[in-house]
Amino acid sequence: MLRSSFSLFSLPTFVFRLAVVWLLFCFSLGAEARPDAGQLTALAAGDNDAKIAALQQLAAQAETDALPVLEALQDDALYLFGQSVLIARADGGAVDALTDEVLAELPADAENITINNRVRGALAVTLAAIRLASNHASTRLEAIEALRANPDAALLPLLDRAWAKEENASIRKRIEITRAMMRLQDTDRAVRLEAIQTLGQTSDPANRQLLEPLLAKDAAGMDPELRAAAQKAVTQINNRLARGEILGGIFSGLSLGSILLLAALGLAVIYGLMGVINMAHGELIMIGAYATYVTQTLVRGHAPGWFDWYPLLALPVSFLAAALVGIAMERLVIRHLYGRPLETLLATWGISLILIQTVRTFFGAQNVAVENPAWLSGGIEIYSNLILPYNRIAIIVFAAAVVLAVALLLARSRMGLFVRAVTQNRPMARCMGVPTGRVDALTFGLGAGIAGLAGSALSQIGNVGPELGQGYIVDSFMVVVLGGVGQIAGAVYAALGLGVLSKFIEGFAGAVLAKIAILLMIIAFIQKRPQGIFALKGRFAEQ
Amino acid sequence: MKRRSFFKSTLSAIALSVMTIGSAPAWTAEDTIKVGVLHSLSGTMAISETVLKDVALMAIDEINAKGGVLGRKLEPVVVDPASNWPLFAEKARQLITQDKVAVVFGCWTSVSRKSVLPVFEELNGLLFYPVQYEGEELSKNVFYTGAAPNQQAIPAVEYLMSKDGGEARRFVLLGTDYVYPRTTNKILRAFLKSKGVADADILEEYTPFGHSDYQTIIANIKRFASAGKRTAVISTINGDSNVPFYKELGNQGLKATDVPVVAFSVGEEELRGVDTKPLVGHLASWNYFMSLRNPTNDAFRKQWAEYAKAKKLPGAAKPLTNDPMEATYIGIHLWAQAVEKAKSTDTNKVIAAMGNQEFNAPNGFKVRMDAKNHHLHKPVFVGEIRPNGQFNVVWKTSGPIKAQPWSPFITGNEKKKDEPDGRSK
Amino acid sequence: MLEKTWVFRLLGPKGWSGLALFACLALVAVPFFNLAFPEGHALYLSTHWVTLIGKIMCYAIVALAMDLVWGYTGILSLGHGVFFALGGYAMGMYLMRAIDPAGLPPFMVFLDWQSLPWFWQGTQHFLYAIFLVVFVPGLLAFLFGFFAFRSRIKGVYFSIITQAMTLAAMLLFFRNETGFGGNNGFTGFQSILGHSITAPETRVVLFALTALTLIFFLLLGRYIVTSRLGRVLMAIRDAESRVMFSGYDPLPYKLFIWTLSAVICAIAGALFVPQVGIINPGEMSPANSIEIAIWVAVGGRGTLVGPLIGAGVINGVKSWFTVSFPEYWLYVLGFIFILVTLFLPRGIAGLAGRFAKEQKA
Repeated sequence: MLRSSFSLFSLPTFVFRLAVVWLLFCFSLGAEARPDAGQLTALAAGDNDAKIAALQQLAAQAETDALPVLEALQDDALYLFGQSVLIARADGGAVDALTDEVLAELPADAENITINNRVRGALAVTLAAIRLASNHASTRLEAIEALRANPDAALLPLLDRAWAKEENASIRKRIEITRAMMRLQDTDRAVRLEAIQTLGQTSDPANRQLLEPLLAKDAAGMDPELRAAAQKAVTQINNRLARGEILGGIFSGLSLGSILLLAALGLAVIYGLMGVINMAHGELIMIGAYATYVTQTLVRGHAPGWFDWYPLLALPVSFLAAALVGIAMERLVIRHLYGRPLETLLATWGISLILIQTVRTFFGAQNVAVENPAWLSGGIEIYSNLILPYNRIAIIVFAAAVVLAVALLLARSRMGLFVRAVTQNRPMARCMGVPTGRVDALTFGLGAGIAGLAGSALSQIGNVGPELGQGYIVDSFMVVVLGGVGQIAGAVYAALGLGVLSKFIEGFAGAVLAKIAILLMIIAFIQKRPQGIFALKGRFAEQ
Repeated sequence: MKRRSFFKSTLSAIALSVMTIGSAPAWTAEDTIKVGVLHSLSGTMAISETVLKDVALMAIDEINAKGGVLGRKLEPVVVDPASNWPLFAEKARQLITQDKVAVVFGCWTSVSRKSVLPVFEELNGLLFYPVQYEGEELSKNVFYTGAAPNQQAIPAVEYLMSKDGGEARRFVLLGTDYVYPRTTNKILRAFLKSKGVADADILEEYTPFGHSDYQTIIANIKRFASAGKRTAVISTINGDSNVPFYKELGNQGLKATDVPVVAFSVGEEELRGVDTKPLVGHLASWNYFMSLRNPTNDAFRKQWAEYAKAKKLPGAAKPLTNDPMEATYIGIHLWAQAVEKAKSTDTNKVIAAMGNQEFNAPNGFKVRMDAKNHHLHKPVFVGEIRPNGQFNVVWKTSGPIKAQPWSPFITGNEKKKDEPDGRSK
Repeated sequence: MLEKTWVFRLLGPKGWSGLALFACLALVAVPFFNLAFPEGHALYLSTHWVTLIGKIMCYAIVALAMDLVWGYTGILSLGHGVFFALGGYAMGMYLMRAIDPAGLPPFMVFLDWQSLPWFWQGTQHFLYAIFLVVFVPGLLAFLFGFFAFRSRIKGVYFSIITQAMTLAAMLLFFRNETGFGGNNGFTGFQSILGHSITAPETRVVLFALTALTLIFFLLLGRYIVTSRLGRVLMAIRDAESRVMFSGYDPLPYKLFIWTLSAVICAIAGALFVPQVGIINPGEMSPANSIEIAIWVAVGGRGTLVGPLIGAGVINGVKSWFTVSFPEYWLYVLGFIFILVTLFLPRGIAGLAGRFAKEQKA
């Protein structure tokens, strides 16, 4: 099947390839500053092999003038129009890549040149080779990272030049590592030893792969000392990888725990303090996520320059949106149901159905896209197998901040005092002049608002759709109950414990069995502690 | 006294409204042909199925605008099986026996199809099923307009193993833990073995439904990929879990140029909810992409965009078409053609007329219903994700290929007939 | 004289006549109108209605079981779906084997299994399958209840661990390796005890059996709640500590009613599967179990008849509105739940009771 589709074109392709190779040969004799006609034709109209050949050539030349064409190729902005190659411009116009002739409008029947992964890989190397000479340190850093991922010995002279010029220590270090990867087979023994030792300082399994063949008994040019060095380097890499794996497991556990905590915290407030079984909690989370989506859309529409900072605006918006819905729920329905917790289950289930369908009606049944801003994309690479994504770090920090704020609010503020008073003894609190109605509404609003915050945070790592909340409601209840009702600290312990434990089990048993095991553990744990980790003490414990 | 009247009046008001609402659907026109649309509009599957309902209604409108079928207008009967499998069976029976529909277009998940299948066979109804599935089924009463594994999964893996696909020699088979991924992966494992890939070079991983935390899985993929050979991921992750998976993939810097991911359940609609910039180059394999350039598809896209706008559908601001939508659209037109040919909506006559029915599909090819096996001959495309959420076709078959519902890579299938006998297995 | 027998007191005159009316309808009228008239006849009762009402009666039995533990004993289970599903699976195993008693069930052939797993042995015998229907869910409930009640797990803690139980079971059954057909579950049944499962006669017999089961468990439930055992149960619901101080150990009482309730659910599941034609792990999803509690709440807790009405009304509304108003039925259902809690704290049965009192007054 695969072959048949190619064989259709194979003869003309072959002839064309020959022509391209010939052209390349002619033009590569004189080192042109920018892609010449042959290279351009190969990039635009050649098959993938021709494209890659041209890209490798351009990489070796490493001339900045080639950048516009290459960047256009990367961004799908390169067009073939008859014999000429055009670069599309943002304003709808185009520039001829060879003659610099400007066209007011991109011709409608110009053919967009698209590339596949294989070409994209070669293109990344070429771009990196050129950008290695950039004036911006961050560009050079990205470039050397790209080269390190795809080391090509042909680029060694280029790296030597870059190394000689480089002043930034961390980039210099990376160049050294990349050079070492290329020099591992060097004929000079000293160079080779240095390369081995340099690679020993990394944590990349790719380097281990390069080193392992050297350990073989019959590896060419190896002597015991070199072999011992290689052995040491491999061990060093392995140790780092092992450490990375353990730390990675802990981090992902913490991250999952912080997500569970954020999702459950609002419920802990609403159920723990008010005794309301809020089945619509998940939908409050969803409202927070949709509020974030709406904020994002508005910011993009009205203040595109501030797009990167929309999450900061989205937080208060989500809080308020969910809190308002929560207060409306409380005033309209739940206030009539105090003291009948099981009835609240029924009513809030009804509310959740209505909220889901409302969102589905207005936003559609499909997911909506919430983009990560640049500062929440990517992550810190500690080891090659331990990358801490910024958005996950942000969520851990955010969860901690929210917990702290809620704890302070409840323990230190006047409002918190009222809340605790109403929780412990409603009639007495009312006698003392606490406006219980308002306290109820505000407490519910607070819990709902926290759910909204959770939704805002979750939109950065998961999908945003009408059923978003349904995925979190069961887990949230587990966390609240495991921690002990009415205990913020309990929820913290329970969430983090569940997160770390489930990631630990998932590591060797797979995600499905891990989830089952966690559920069974919760059942077993409740047998030991029928009131959760932190049981309430005192008279109201029996209620 | 007052209370009493309150209760009485409430009750009578309820009774009255029940009666008026109840009498509303009694309106029917005798000169129409009823057509059932059985897609979940609520519950977990609504995310995927709602658009299929809309595209079905669009195709019905289109046929009606051209004068209907056999000179009669089509009358859609839309029901909501609510992602609930017993409800699917109940609704199927209701559509056939109560509403007396001539044909039903519906179902997405295999379990929903399995749930309604006995009903269609018992009552001799007709179902058009528009989604790619694991095969291993043939029923006289069902026409499968989605892809069988050999029309989607196997070509994609062949591409990954080719020079242009990156010559992958090590594979992670990653899926949601249910029947479609398990079966597809079983077929793929047998296929990879036949291509000389050792068991040690295959990693199978499954996640529960609705799984949203892919940190561990991606760490596992990274570790597996660090063994030297070119590695690719074949993903049969279902629906909602794709967004967290792709987001984590972007987070962890796993680029398509290092470890490409080819997905069988990710299309234009699924990517609607994802920021695709970090995903450029990851792949999907389908029988249709919205980005295909040909006159039929241009017209199809335009028709859908206009319909979505006219009906004020929620996604109208960014109208997207995808493979199951195309399959639904093809199915309705093929059925209409078969009815015209049979000059009847009688199930048996329509089934007889369906064989070799052809249609100029939006994928740019003339697709044909197989004479015997109730599956379409469809072309296969492998596309790479572009920054705008669309796919760039990097490989395609030279023409439509025949479906193999009984995959030759599952033992025992060689004995099975390539056509339905009275009832399915 | 008659009025003094316990049989009479069980339901009272109105109750007995209502029950008789129901029995007539279910056991005589439905079979008659379904079988005696040809399709298309004005008096013909479509098979669609027979299966639909049959399905709703199965749900009603579940609601009844739920009322015994929640309404009368105050134990809110959010995991009753697991017992229902297990009963259904046990029956489903028999039905799958009946397709080809000598060979493997079709899904195992398809998944390339070579031989029957041990827990499938013997399931080709109907009686053994019936034994499993009762035994497996009963044993699970007994063990789960024994440990939970012994540890004095109460209230929402108990509810949440039952939810954990059903969720764990669902995930387990979703796996293909578990040996129950994964997400697709069991479908494509053909015969039961040698009779074609799609034959109208079989359907009517299953329907009548469901109705009889419903009547039987209603009477059993009524007998239990009016007996001394029932009083202890209600005392436990209202003030468990005081029951303990009075020298009763609540454990055996709770355990008995809990296990009984699970078994009733399982029998409902076993009746459900051949009528509906599918059993799948989706039945164990936490949302399904929550829905059971909602039927009971809507109908009226602690009334036995109320939950039956609740299950009927909610499922009837659902079946009807998903056809008539496919885009809006969730709103309707949602508002019903809210309005019932706000204005009918004792459910529909409470409303009926109030209405009857007003009539008298």
